[in-house]
Amino acid sequence: MTGKTRSPVLQVKGLSVSYLRDHEATQAVDDISFSIDQGQLLALVGESGSGKTTVAQSVIGLLPGNGRIDSGEILLNGVDISRWNWRRLQTVRGRRIGLVPQDPAASLNPVRTIGANLGEVLRIHTRVRGSELRRQVVELLARVGIDDPERRARQYPHELSGGMRQRVLIASAIALRPDLIIADEPTSALDVTVQKVILDLLDDLRREYGTAILFVTHDLAIAAERSTEVVVLRDGRVQEHASTAEVLSNPRTEYARTLLRDAPALAGRAAPLPPAADLAAIALRADSLVQTFALGRKRDEFRAVDDVSFAVPAGTTHALVGESGSGKTTSARIVVGFRRPTSGRVEIDGIDLASLRGEALRQARRTVQLVYQNPYGSLDPRRSVEEIVTEPLRNFGLGDRRSRLAKAGDLIERVALPASVLGRRPHELSGGQRQRVAIARALVLEPRVVVFDEAVSALDVTVQAQVLRLLEDLQRDLGLTYLFVSHDLSVVRHIAHTVSVMRRGRVVEEGPTESVFGTPVHEYTRTLIDAIPRPSERVS
Amino acid sequence: MGYLLKRAGQGAIVLWAAFTVAFILLQALPGDAIMNRFLNPDLGLTSEQISQLRQSYGVGAPLWQQYFHSAWAFLTGDLGNSLEDGTPVRLLIEGALPSTAVLAAFGLLFAILLALAVAFLSALAPFAWLRNLLQSLPSLFIAVPVFWLGIMLIQILSFKLRLVSIINPGPVEGLVLPVATLAIPLSAPLAQVLVRSIDETLLSPFITVAAAKGASRVRLLVHEVARNAVLPAVTVAGLLFGELIGSAIVTETVYGRVGLGRITEAAVKAQDAPVVEAVVLISAIVFVVVNLIVDLLYPLLDARLRTRAAAI
Repeated sequence: MTGKTRSPVLQVKGLSVSYLRDHEATQAVDDISFSIDQGQLLALVGESGSGKTTVAQSVIGLLPGNGRIDSGEILLNGVDISRWNWRRLQTVRGRRIGLVPQDPAASLNPVRTIGANLGEVLRIHTRVRGSELRRQVVELLARVGIDDPERRARQYPHELSGGMRQRVLIASAIALRPDLIIADEPTSALDVTVQKVILDLLDDLRREYGTAILFVTHDLAIAAERSTEVVVLRDGRVQEHASTAEVLSNPRTEYARTLLRDAPALAGRAAPLPPAADLAAIALRADSLVQTFALGRKRDEFRAVDDVSFAVPAGTTHALVGESGSGKTTSARIVVGFRRPTSGRVEIDGIDLASLRGEALRQARRTVQLVYQNPYGSLDPRRSVEEIVTEPLRNFGLGDRRSRLAKAGDLIERVALPASVLGRRPHELSGGQRQRVAIARALVLEPRVVVFDEAVSALDVTVQAQVLRLLEDLQRDLGLTYLFVSHDLSVVRHIAHTVSVMRRGRVVEEGPTESVFGTPVHEYTRTLIDAIPRPSERVS
Repeated sequence: MGYLLKRAGQGAIVLWAAFTVAFILLQALPGDAIMNRFLNPDLGLTSEQISQLRQSYGVGAPLWQQYFHSAWAFLTGDLGNSLEDGTPVRLLIEGALPSTAVLAAFGLLFAILLALAVAFLSALAPFAWLRNLLQSLPSLFIAVPVFWLGIMLIQILSFKLRLVSIINPGPVEGLVLPVATLAIPLSAPLAQVLVRSIDETLLSPFITVAAAKGASRVRLLVHEVARNAVLPAVTVAGLLFGELIGSAIVTETVYGRVGLGRITEAAVKAQDAPVVEAVVLISAIVFVVVNLIVDLLYPLLDARLRTRAAAI
């Protein structure tokens, strides 16, 4: 580094952006300023609708068609590029600014090979072609830690895992050693262990090449662990802008304090204590569950669930944690009765679901209900909330119109929603409100056991914290038993009394949450726990 | 390989169904060509003579015998004789097929080119009004009846502007108007599907990523969008081939061209069952083969279908 004062790589000054919807402009970003120096990582933190992605899109000139920069400057190495047209921006995109996108699954062209996807940036900006291009592509793939790069270059995106695809996208972003990398939620679609590897890779590249990184995330814990500076956004405005250490130790705004409190990985709450073993009867018991799937035309089989057993005392929460492909969701589907296991049994209050057929099975389903991950897809968009919540009652022919309506009103109150939502349709509600409706629907049949399949994963942290508190209240008041399926160890740690850690269909470790997290025995559990972002072990 | 066999097997079933349905429909029509021809009182034939004639044509036999007889004949390549004048159907078809095949092939080709031009130009159009104008073309194309379009094209291009002659045209010149008449309505659904799939593909995250690499708008369309967007259009193109035969009949009538269309028209009027059946079967064969080619194109265009195709 030379001694002369260097200008920041990126300076955003007084940026305001609005979207035109139905001939009406809505302000999405309002007077935002920040700057990033060489080799620094600035985290832009906010919940959905905060404007963080809009800022990132403005910097690289890729706002959606109805978006417009109203005022402000975006200086790249001191040159304002905010008013540049597409043709001029072509010269900086890919060459001076790299983009690492959110969803690696959809961010590579599916009909072109990995090599063609990655080589594109070289073909656009350089004259490198043919065997030299292939050599550089393989070199880049090797640089981001992809094994057997020659073969991978010839493969297609669908043949690679999510983590590998994200490496390819990072390779493409760093190919021409840009001054700035915009990473827009680069790990939110990945498993924790993969997330850690990708974040480490970005850190390495930042140190090696001195690249400045604009890191957009909803996850304050990641921001805290990796960034030097944090900008907290809410409703398009800067709430807090300071060095990471300062934001963590001394947040100035109420909103930043709420975020810190609600971020599961940061809040120092202890896991709930497991009940005394002799106190409660076992409400849910899974006994040696096995689920196999046939593979192709050969007689090979894939054991998605391999000898899984657990027992959940009434009124407590048991968690199944694991990464994608661990068999946790398949296990949950067996418990709910959507899928008959290849072998093994599920007992709810001592009744074996698999032994029931026809009407008896249908009636037994009332005792176990499911709350699904996606609050947008799991509610019928054409029905009102009242119809949605009372539908299970109508299916089972319970009560008359008036008593059903009264029950729906009760439950809507229980899940802390105003009675006015009963007449609304799902699209009029926020994500958190929808998930509350889904919970009310699950409770309307007065089940013994409720299965939550990643039920809070799609929610913003502050909303997530509210829903988790609601779940605890409901459990205490109604004596419910929960089976909580999640990839998020921090959330599990808060809500679950006991936990089973799953990997490749098997339970590798189980026990009371505090002891599994506090003194993990299995190697894999330790890896998972180490992968949780920890601001106290900052790498900077 | 198994994929190919499976598709070919499905094609064979389609052919069999087409043959059977055509057979049943023709039998269900009142009267037949022999009746029409010989029942004429001027010929002075007795009813015995007529029934003898019918016997010699094989029309008197029970239906199921006729069915298997003609099915076997078709399988062995014997298309029978025209009831109208006794010429072998094979000769009739052989005479007409090349002209119709050329017309259909060029019609489809130009329909595809026209659709691609409309769709990609509208995606590149720098102004909203130009994009709207281009995207409204397909609806206009589809609304125009083939016979009217043909007459208009003749009026304007041939009589007014004298660009192409329709009286004794050369082989190429003679194709211009019929191909245009055929291609314009055919391009409409193709263009609409393309416009939609281009719009959808442009919203994919990988397009944003490619744009962030510094790709120009043209490069985005050609390198990233085209192969993805063309997939649904390929399906539609295969299905449209069925419509092509129907349009060809009208087009050939309007322009007075010799071809399958003309033969079909005459055969239907005269209830000449063997000819109609042969035409139906040939159309079905072409349709099945074209769609087989479409099925084989998918895995070439999209690698994700390769593994799936192998698994089937």
